[in-house]
Amino acid sequence: MDRIDTYPTHIFKEYNLRPGRPYPFGATPVPGGINFSVFSRNADYCVLVLFKQGESKPFAEIPFRGMFTRPMSGEPFWGDFRIGNVFSMVVFNLNYEEIEYGFRMGAPFHKVERGKPGFHRFDANQILLDPYARSIGGRDVWGKTPDWDNIFPHRGRIVFDDFDWESDRPLEIPTENLTIYEMHVRGFTRHPDSETKHRGTFAGLRDKIPYLKQLGVNCIELMPIYEFDEFEGSHKHPETGEMLVNYWGYSTVGFFSPKAGYAATGKTKDGTMVADELRTLVKDLHQNGIEVMLDVVFNHTAEGNEYGPTISFRGIDNITYYMLTPEGYYFNFSGTGNTLNCNNPVVRGMVLDCLRYWASEFHIDGFRFDLAAILGRDESGAPMLNPPLLEALAHDPVLAKCKLIAEAWDAGGLYQVGSFPAFGRWAEWNGKYRDTLRRWIKGDGGLVSDLALRLQGSPDLYITRGPTASINFITCHDGFTLMDMVSYDNKHNEDNGENNNDGANDNNSWNSGWEGRTDDPEINNLRFRQIKNAFALLMVSQGVPMMLMGDEFGQTQNGNNNMYCHDSELSWLDWSLLKKNPDLFRFFKNCIAFRQAHPVFHNRWHLRGQDYVGSGYPDISWHGERAWNADWSESSRLLAFMLDGKHAKGGTAEDNSIYALTNTHWEAHSVELPGLPDGKKWHVFANTGVTSPQDTWEPGSEPVLSDQQNIFVGPRSVVILVSRAV
Amino acid sequence: MIDIDVEKHQDVSVVKLVGEIDAGSAALVQQKVLPLSLPGCKVILDLSKVAYMSSAGLRMLLSVYRQISGNQGKIVLVGLSEELTDTMSMTGFLGFFTVQDTLDMGLQLFN
Repeated sequence: MDRIDTYPTHIFKEYNLRPGRPYPFGATPVPGGINFSVFSRNADYCVLVLFKQGESKPFAEIPFRGMFTRPMSGEPFWGDFRIGNVFSMVVFNLNYEEIEYGFRMGAPFHKVERGKPGFHRFDANQILLDPYARSIGGRDVWGKTPDWDNIFPHRGRIVFDDFDWESDRPLEIPTENLTIYEMHVRGFTRHPDSETKHRGTFAGLRDKIPYLKQLGVNCIELMPIYEFDEFEGSHKHPETGEMLVNYWGYSTVGFFSPKAGYAATGKTKDGTMVADELRTLVKDLHQNGIEVMLDVVFNHTAEGNEYGPTISFRGIDNITYYMLTPEGYYFNFSGTGNTLNCNNPVVRGMVLDCLRYWASEFHIDGFRFDLAAILGRDESGAPMLNPPLLEALAHDPVLAKCKLIAEAWDAGGLYQVGSFPAFGRWAEWNGKYRDTLRRWIKGDGGLVSDLALRLQGSPDLYITRGPTASINFITCHDGFTLMDMVSYDNKHNEDNGENNNDGANDNNSWNSGWEGRTDDPEINNLRFRQIKNAFALLMVSQGVPMMLMGDEFGQTQNGNNNMYCHDSELSWLDWSLLKKNPDLFRFFKNCIAFRQAHPVFHNRWHLRGQDYVGSGYPDISWHGERAWNADWSESSRLLAFMLDGKHAKGGTAEDNSIYALTNTHWEAHSVELPGLPDGKKWHVFANTGVTSPQDTWEPGSEPVLSDQQNIFVGPRSVVILVSRAV
Repeated sequence: MIDIDVEKHQDVSVVKLVGEIDAGSAALVQQKVLPLSLPGCKVILDLSKVAYMSSAGLRMLLSVYRQISGNQGKIVLVGLSEELTDTMSMTGFLGFFTVQDTLDMGLQLFN
């Protein structure tokens, strides 16, 4: 049956129109036309501006209110396409692939000059990007110099959402079973040695799915893929002449649009095609058992402070979208100029709409929220006890099975690791895990008690939330790679053009005896051992491990710990290192497989240090040079723990017992092993103190330990044993 | 924008397309092809002269495929350029179709 709303009721010039529907916001194809809908609380005037793709001037400007004519009679009449604070209309007979659109908004307020404080920044001369644009043109091919004179540089495009997912749906892998791989879409395959056809794109990433499968990770976390402008703040390094750009993308232009420049199909300027490329990637990853998590940036936008460009939000309703000081300046809790007004009910609605869109239209499995502490601030910037946005996300029906992960701090000094309002859902990037593990690995003393907490999933921080609240990581995009963590004492950010003043100073790193690259085999061996020590501990910790792309084969950034501005071989993943360091890759692969194979690592709830299933062993027990006698003293640099297999997953799963030992002392030690029940013997899964290939074994093929009473543990090494019947 | 030419090679309908298939022309192609969708039909789409296909074109192909397979017919695409093959692969459409390099190979497949 045909719909009865597919004919026009209003005519403006040659355009056939009818009142639109407020929901959904944005531009939505409807039979015969496109429904345009945009919110503004304070604008009293709105015009739809239509461009033919790539043209500098609009071909039509259609007001949402004014004089129209009736289709049959031609009689003029007054019309208003607005319900509440939402302007919405249907325009018929548009070629949706050919058009780009924006809005003009006006209001009866005094115009605020650039650089001056103010509450309303309406300017009818400015064409504005739709905050709900599903596709954004203007940066279609990464790095292609834009036309700086373009009056409307970031343009909305129309997307068809009828992708054929067949039976695909989000995987819903239990959080405790995840191993997360953090990656940059472009950096992952942009390097000439990546051996992909469409380097640096979603399609290139898709070509590497077999590699990810081989490594064994079951979740990838993509650094920002919402449309951003790589040219934001771009400039030439005064000395090197390198063009520095916004490579990371933590600066959103539009929340609903995949970054066109990350799509091999971006050059077609076909928004639906870009979306299809990303959807195909997600669908194929799912078919291979790999979840997709997005790193999302809702704390600020690309519009900057009073001096920043007007792209969208500030021209549509500045006072709604941004947190403003009583004087009308932008609050800067993000450290980047402005702060999105996340707990304004309308903005909250946009964040919810956005995440629902990605979960339902892109089958995204989870989200990591950049500077998430900001999401818990009220409209004046004060932290709230029960932030409505965080509560709404936690209870949202569409997002109910998505993983929600907070970077639980912001640039305004709010640090909420362990205290982020979780509503039973939220996990956190555990910064304390990172700091303790780094310090322990480099050999600091006085850490053994703290280390024990981190290895157990930080019950001191997450006692009521369980270890799955703890995203454990030692490295991430922000800071040193693992190779640099063991090769540099200090950051070396000279290439960033800020006199090495940018980036963190508290890296808790140790160069292993020489700052930077060296041919000294002893130092290089120690570095590889230290990398293995770090990763092995990460993989035997309770909680959810996250690793950084490239750490598995020794990616280096030459000591630069803040790569946000480099789009070069310094930041791109160097795949030639995979051929150079196959032993390291093998070690990582085996560790991931080992973790996956053993439910004792996948506990939903904290370990208790007690035997509650009658196995004769506590679920976790602590050991030192003597079994059952851990050395908790300040000077201790050796700690071991045993996970009892009969207590796996609270006693609901059957597993082998695991013994893991870390010695960060520069001396070797002879260590007494805890005894096993009759018929079981210790087998060696990993010993970083011996050279490859004896440093690790494929799970299931571990050799039995000849001496079951004592083991000789090398300096700065990790030993992991598994009990098996013999 | 698009030339559409339908030829019969015995019981196989060969649709030769010349031009670009986008939101403007996809409906025209569909109008020409859908009447061929009879029970047990054999259809070849010759895309060797198609310089560009937009997402609307890809959607049209998939919906034609669905119609024809729904009628127990068979459809084969031939003559795809490397670029079109890549585009169809990256956007997830390629996997639905039987593809042959040339028209002759397509005809052979039916014989």
